[in-house]
Amino acid sequence: MKFKTKTSPFFNSSQNINSVMLQVLIALIPGTLTLMYFFGAGIFLNVIISIVFAVSLEIFALIIRKRPLLPFLSDLSAIVTAWLFALTLPPLVPWWIIFVGVFFAIIVAKHLYGGLGYNPFNPAMVGFAVLIVSFPFEMSQWIHPRTFEGLGAYDFGLVEQLGFIFGDQKPAWDAITMATPLDEVKTGLRAGTDYGKVLEGSTYLQTFSQNTWIWSSLAFILGGIWLLYKKVIQWQIPAALLGTLGFISAVFYIFSGDSFASPLFHITSGATILGAFFIATDPVSASTTPIGKLIYGASIGFFIYIIRVWGNYPDAIAFAVLIMNMAVPMIDYYTQPRVFGHKPSFFSSGATQRKQDKKS
Amino acid sequence: MSATSPTDTGLDLDDALPPKGTAWNNSERRKITMDGLWHNNPGLVQLLGLCPLLAVTGNLINGLGLGIATIITLTVSNIIIAFTRNWVRKEIRIPYYVLVIASIVTVIDLSMNAITPELHSVLGIFIPLIVTNCLIIGRAEAFASKNTIKRAALDGFMMGLGFTLVLIALGAIREILGSGTLFADASLMFGDIAKDWYIKPFEEYQGFLLAILPPGAFLVMGLLIAMKNVVDKKLKS
Repeated sequence: MKFKTKTSPFFNSSQNINSVMLQVLIALIPGTLTLMYFFGAGIFLNVIISIVFAVSLEIFALIIRKRPLLPFLSDLSAIVTAWLFALTLPPLVPWWIIFVGVFFAIIVAKHLYGGLGYNPFNPAMVGFAVLIVSFPFEMSQWIHPRTFEGLGAYDFGLVEQLGFIFGDQKPAWDAITMATPLDEVKTGLRAGTDYGKVLEGSTYLQTFSQNTWIWSSLAFILGGIWLLYKKVIQWQIPAALLGTLGFISAVFYIFSGDSFASPLFHITSGATILGAFFIATDPVSASTTPIGKLIYGASIGFFIYIIRVWGNYPDAIAFAVLIMNMAVPMIDYYTQPRVFGHKPSFFSSGATQRKQDKKS
Repeated sequence: MSATSPTDTGLDLDDALPPKGTAWNNSERRKITMDGLWHNNPGLVQLLGLCPLLAVTGNLINGLGLGIATIITLTVSNIIIAFTRNWVRKEIRIPYYVLVIASIVTVIDLSMNAITPELHSVLGIFIPLIVTNCLIIGRAEAFASKNTIKRAALDGFMMGLGFTLVLIALGAIREILGSGTLFADASLMFGDIAKDWYIKPFEEYQGFLLAILPPGAFLVMGLLIAMKNVVDKKLKS
């Protein structure tokens, strides 16, 4: 039976899970292609292998939980999780690492909590956090990116790359990998070098046009704008996240420019942009109220800076997002929008809710 | 105010106390045993003493060491508290329990330091912390203070054994997943003959660090509880 609501001017939304996820996949394409240009086919292989594992594990979990396969598979959510997860991996990681990460993302973070819509934590970030904690060596092997003038220090064929991923042979990591800008700057600043000198010491950081991460950030911004335009995400979370991160890093940079990196550096390196537009905005695990989204995004930006600058892990997006995922129920509880016709007051709905709780 | 027998303590952790004058027979013994090992298992059902449970189970031998210390403490404290249950006033029972438990733990702590100094240094602060293990004071309050010495002794031993089995299971799973070994450091407890007990099932396995870290402890613990619930459900139907 269909109930048609006629009178009040309700908003109608043509969106369903399937179309939202499809838009996210489309928006991920430019960023993924950019990363592929710089790091080679390894990125593409990561995405494909992750999707294969994710869909198989999703089928496995659905069969065990006695859920219908087709409606849950066709919502594409497993593919989006797998794709986002794959973008956090360095190219040429062994296949079993991808499997462990996808297992924790799909089985532990999603299905053990009740499936899509019930997971308190962002599945892709759970998978990444498990891997970065458990296999720090394999997870930090970023190969030399390609430059615009020509290839970087690596030149592997597709077969050779598949050999690295599935076979026993290992590339000579020391020769083909390099520190990411975040690592390089962190190590330099911790050693007491001036920020300017750290930048001078690395040709890779010096020139804007050769910085892989800036180009991929721009590509992810493009995807983010597409999502905003399609109304898949709202502006609050990315704006609050980037604004807070930019503000805090600007304060430190202005007062102590030698020992802290610039706001531009923080916003364009690592996974900041990907995190701001694609990961923090996950509709299930993020805050859902307008004010709540601002608080949630700003807190993530705050924690990104703290963990990045004073923590020991290479990047901070995953941990910042997971920490704030835990706070989402409380944020949502206190920031419910005022119901039309009720007295306007900040925290109003929370207080009413508490009164109702007491009465019952 | 008279010295009442502490049966009306307000706290009720154990809902299945035997009525007064129940015969000390086999079915009674079986019930106490099964409660400790399975139905009311301190680790999997009561979730008592989680702090040491999660903190020391990075490998099997550490879990076994702490488990044995807990069995001894729990049995002796249950016996003493059941023995003195009719003389202790209700108002001072908690300080009294803590005093009894602390004395026993001190004895165990110093003995372990003398007999197995290496294991003692590995377990470190968690041996003295048995004093604050809520499992021991919980059994004292919920069982030993209301039952005869025989029952309390059996209950203490079985609860301790149930706790130890969970420690061993957790330690074994985390050790195999985390470092790919089993019975590593067995010589700390059993002396030099145990040096060959060390097993490494998969030679190439590098280890899954998360299993040894605190989040791994919580994850494996959650899976063990889930498995117990599944088995219970299967047994019921």
